[in-house]
Amino acid sequence: MPLMLWLIPALPLLGAIINLLVGRRLPRALSSWLAVAFMAAAFGVAVSAVANLVALPPEERVLRETLYEWIGVGVGANSFSVNVAFWLDPLSAVMILVVTGVGTLIHMYAVGYMEHEKDYARFFFAMNLFAFAMLMLVLADNYLLMFLGWEGVGVCSYLLIGFWYDRDNLAVGTDEKFLSPRSSATKAFVVNRIGDFGFTLGIILMFWTFGSLSFAEVFPKAEEMFQIGAPVITVMTLLLFLGATGKSAQIPLFIWLPDAMAGPTPVSALIHAATMVTAGVYMVARSHVLYSLAPTTLTVVAIIGVLTAFIAATIALVQNDLKRVLAYSTVSQLGYMFFALGVGAFGAGIFHLMTHAFFKALLFLGAGAVMHAMNDMIDMRRLGGLRKVMPITFWTFLIGAFALSGFPLFSGFFSKDEILTAGFTSGNIVLWVVGVLTALLTAFYTVRAVILTFGGKPRWKEGEVVHAQDEHAAHGHGERGLHPHEASPVMTIPLMVLALGALFAGYVGLPSVLGANLFGQFLEPVFREPAVEISPTLEWTLIGISTAAALIGIFIALRFYLGDRETPQRLTRYYPWLYRLWSNKYWVDQIYDYVIARPGRWLANAFWTDVDGKIINGAADGLGRAFRNVGQALRSLQDGYARGYALAMLIGIVVVIAIVIMRP
Amino acid sequence: MPILSLLILFPLAAALVTALLPRANASLIKGWAFVAVAIEFALSVYLLTNFVPNTSAMQFVEQYDWVPQFGISYHVGVDGLSFWLVMLTTFLMLIAIPASFSEINDRVKEYFIFFLILEAAMLGVFVALDVFLFYVFWEFSLIPMAFIIGIWGHERRIYAAIKFVLFTMSGSLLMLVAIIVLYFATGARTFDLLELQKTITPATIQPWLFCAFALAFAIKVPMFPLHTWLPDAHVQAPTAGSIILAGVLLKLGAYGFLRYCLTLFPDASREFAPLLIVLAIIGIIYGAMVAAVQKDLKSLVAYSSVSHMGFIILGIFVFSQQAMSGAVLQMVNHGLATGALFLLVGILYERTHTRLIANFGGLQKVIPVYAFFLLVVMFASMGLPGLNGFVGEFLILLGAWSANPMYTVFAAVGVILAAIYLLWAYQRAMQGPVTIEKNKTLPDLTRREFVLLLALVVFIVLIGVFPNFVLNPMQASIGALLNPNAVAGLVK
Repeated sequence: MPLMLWLIPALPLLGAIINLLVGRRLPRALSSWLAVAFMAAAFGVAVSAVANLVALPPEERVLRETLYEWIGVGVGANSFSVNVAFWLDPLSAVMILVVTGVGTLIHMYAVGYMEHEKDYARFFFAMNLFAFAMLMLVLADNYLLMFLGWEGVGVCSYLLIGFWYDRDNLAVGTDEKFLSPRSSATKAFVVNRIGDFGFTLGIILMFWTFGSLSFAEVFPKAEEMFQIGAPVITVMTLLLFLGATGKSAQIPLFIWLPDAMAGPTPVSALIHAATMVTAGVYMVARSHVLYSLAPTTLTVVAIIGVLTAFIAATIALVQNDLKRVLAYSTVSQLGYMFFALGVGAFGAGIFHLMTHAFFKALLFLGAGAVMHAMNDMIDMRRLGGLRKVMPITFWTFLIGAFALSGFPLFSGFFSKDEILTAGFTSGNIVLWVVGVLTALLTAFYTVRAVILTFGGKPRWKEGEVVHAQDEHAAHGHGERGLHPHEASPVMTIPLMVLALGALFAGYVGLPSVLGANLFGQFLEPVFREPAVEISPTLEWTLIGISTAAALIGIFIALRFYLGDRETPQRLTRYYPWLYRLWSNKYWVDQIYDYVIARPGRWLANAFWTDVDGKIINGAADGLGRAFRNVGQALRSLQDGYARGYALAMLIGIVVVIAIVIMRP
Repeated sequence: MPILSLLILFPLAAALVTALLPRANASLIKGWAFVAVAIEFALSVYLLTNFVPNTSAMQFVEQYDWVPQFGISYHVGVDGLSFWLVMLTTFLMLIAIPASFSEINDRVKEYFIFFLILEAAMLGVFVALDVFLFYVFWEFSLIPMAFIIGIWGHERRIYAAIKFVLFTMSGSLLMLVAIIVLYFATGARTFDLLELQKTITPATIQPWLFCAFALAFAIKVPMFPLHTWLPDAHVQAPTAGSIILAGVLLKLGAYGFLRYCLTLFPDASREFAPLLIVLAIIGIIYGAMVAAVQKDLKSLVAYSSVSHMGFIILGIFVFSQQAMSGAVLQMVNHGLATGALFLLVGILYERTHTRLIANFGGLQKVIPVYAFFLLVVMFASMGLPGLNGFVGEFLILLGAWSANPMYTVFAAVGVILAAIYLLWAYQRAMQGPVTIEKNKTLPDLTRREFVLLLALVVFIVLIGVFPNFVLNPMQASIGALLNPNAVAGLVK
């Protein structure tokens, strides 16, 4: 059977093109189910491609397909050539299955979620286009084509964050001020561009180092040409990592992701949790050969990862908006993934990427179901008691929450444990301690969110009318009162399927004391990680510690929020500076505003009004005036600029004569 | 077939025919002007189908004596450097003429006559192979544009037109002087470019002559700090004037650097390269920053041109196959994307009679198809992979690294800034609630506007996805330019 890898991204692209051209004229159902169908078809092709891959012996598991030369310049040693070509190995196999599989479920959910949206064709166009770009990103056989996907997903993210481009503030039934969708979209794109600046330079340095950008040439050459610690590889990997911090929302560029929640919730699930934000993790894992040659960079990656995980988790502790809890949690979990990569546990990082895709998509879709039921109100201070109203959403959300908390035997438990174990055995004890502490915080804020949303008594009233700050923000609900209800099957079926994933996806990667790490073995031909031998006692101890962290976090959250909820408020009163630090997100946005944005704007205005307006134009006008005065003195010609012309000619002739005379 | 002479003479003949048409019948004049540029474009397609890509030799060459006693001849030809610029010119004229149909209702006849003369002059600059002939076309191209701005422009059109003329002329006069000196200094007693290239310009005067040529070209491009005529000219020019000004006229300067400075004064070019590169990079960042704080949408696009043209000059003066290919490609890309941007701004101006961003807001809801095209073109302009701008910009950054990595680092800052000024402008103009009451009833694109934008966007996408069809034909000529001693026709 001929290999048709190109079909995997091409199918969603076709869906996007159809919705772009005729979507507005199609009935809503046709337009939206068309998008689902193209995703499902891509999933089907992806499965069959992966089946072909698995049929090969492990060491030969790479399928390649070249379509045409994309950019070709010059000949010989300095020639530059990049193909549109695809590369399927176990790593990209995991990625395409996650993207098309989880993607199909989220597309399906969106059919229900966006049922009141007038602009459905634009939504599904952008969703399908996103899938295309993401699949290009993970299937590319070279860095430049990967960059095409990388920028493409950024554009789709921009389009979808700003989907409700005409609204000011989406917060419903609350006084919280959030950035408008359009500002969030611009912010996301611009912040990502800063990362892409690094990515671009990294790619260029790579070309001048290896003379190629394709995986098949770069990686063998890197191992052949360079020793561990070679400065050029360190610089290259750091530049690439700057790109990763943008796309995957790590310090210092994480600030765009929480605001990205202004997009419709299926977008938050697909793009800003399950797939796009993991692109940085994928890219670093893909470049593991390079990173393994750069221990300095790996240390940076590990530190940034853990630091981001911790800081984002602390911010998540004090958020009132359910989606923002999940957003900071995503930043935090991505930090775990980078921690894994940084300690050289590439397989563990990808494992967590995979389980996280399931449980975080599930949690976001659950939050979306709550919004759908509560007329878009998502402020947890005004939720509560929803477990009875929407049982399917509650139970699936709970499963996702346990997975995120690292509760034993849920998927997130296995992947997070593998990361922490790798962190410990790598000898970075300080980082490991922070990682464990973060696990505790994670369990705490997750259970807090569950209780505030679903537990206790309702803090809303049946029939109550909630207002948005922006009048037409509540999409399609208008002025109807609250009548919360369970979501329709088109939304609950994806929840249940994802819940299965959140429950069982972890069992493919068991720790050695419990069974086999099939996932790690599947990726082994890619990463060629040396198996770390650790004693069962140590492994059990580490499992015990991470389990304890999760359980303690859960316990504290239960104590705090199931009872009279006095304790958290007392803590806020005792430590107001800590609360302010966290609820103001460490003032990072403000710092950037004062340090970069404002001086930049001031400088630009100075350039415009002073340099352009006064200096350059002043000089030009002065020159013009001078010509005019001299011209008036000469009184030979009358027309304004003809005089200047004549004078310039005169000067010119003098110069010519001077040169001719001075010529030796 | 003397195709190049046909390309130059046909618009002139068409202008003559226009002059004979009845003044009262404006639609006949418009129709005829469109037919003329369409025929002209069809003629240029003959070039496209007959151009031989794998050689650096001049093609479609014609040479006739003009003033033999001074070694001046009518000598024209096309190679990989000029080929796409000729195509770009005929294509953008095909866009610019119909783009004027609704805007221009006053002195219609003269307007189209000027445009047709302008087309002949611009094509002449690109195909001339005699320095004197080149100069004639170069100056010739200035006059119609000055009148187009000065007569059919907006509020401050006279000021803008005079500024445009003064800036460009002060540069080109020195170039004229330099051309005359060149004639005597080389001892070849010829103005023929190909003959002059075989001689070696004496080292003592090379820097002087280079500077004189470079000044003329730098003003035209325009390079920082000689750029201040451009925002005024663009803002005041009618839409089609801006399209051609940004799309083609600015390229005359960049092309001049490639065709004349680099070949006639190779040593001085390398000597002065760092200066030009630094100015180019300043222009990239400066233009982008100033663009970001513009209140007038057209002025924003004009300053973005300063930034983008900086990339092209950078690409030329780092002397690398990649960067120079990127520069030539970027000339085409910038012509398409910026042409489209000016067309879009003009479409909005015709509906609202304002260019101030503050007078828009929320328009995506009212005119979604327009907004879609605007966004696509903006993404092309900020170098999104898959669209044309990326390929050129990336090749320039790639090549610049081999000269000095710092060039790339600083130039790449411009890529970040492009996202800021374009998306922020899009946000303020197109997103948010509709703030001005009468904007709520703006009509979306007419069929004519739609077709024009679609034509531009098709090429923006095509070049982004299949850039090699543009890159391949220029490889041999660029190779020969960078390494004149190597055998011609060395490309795969």
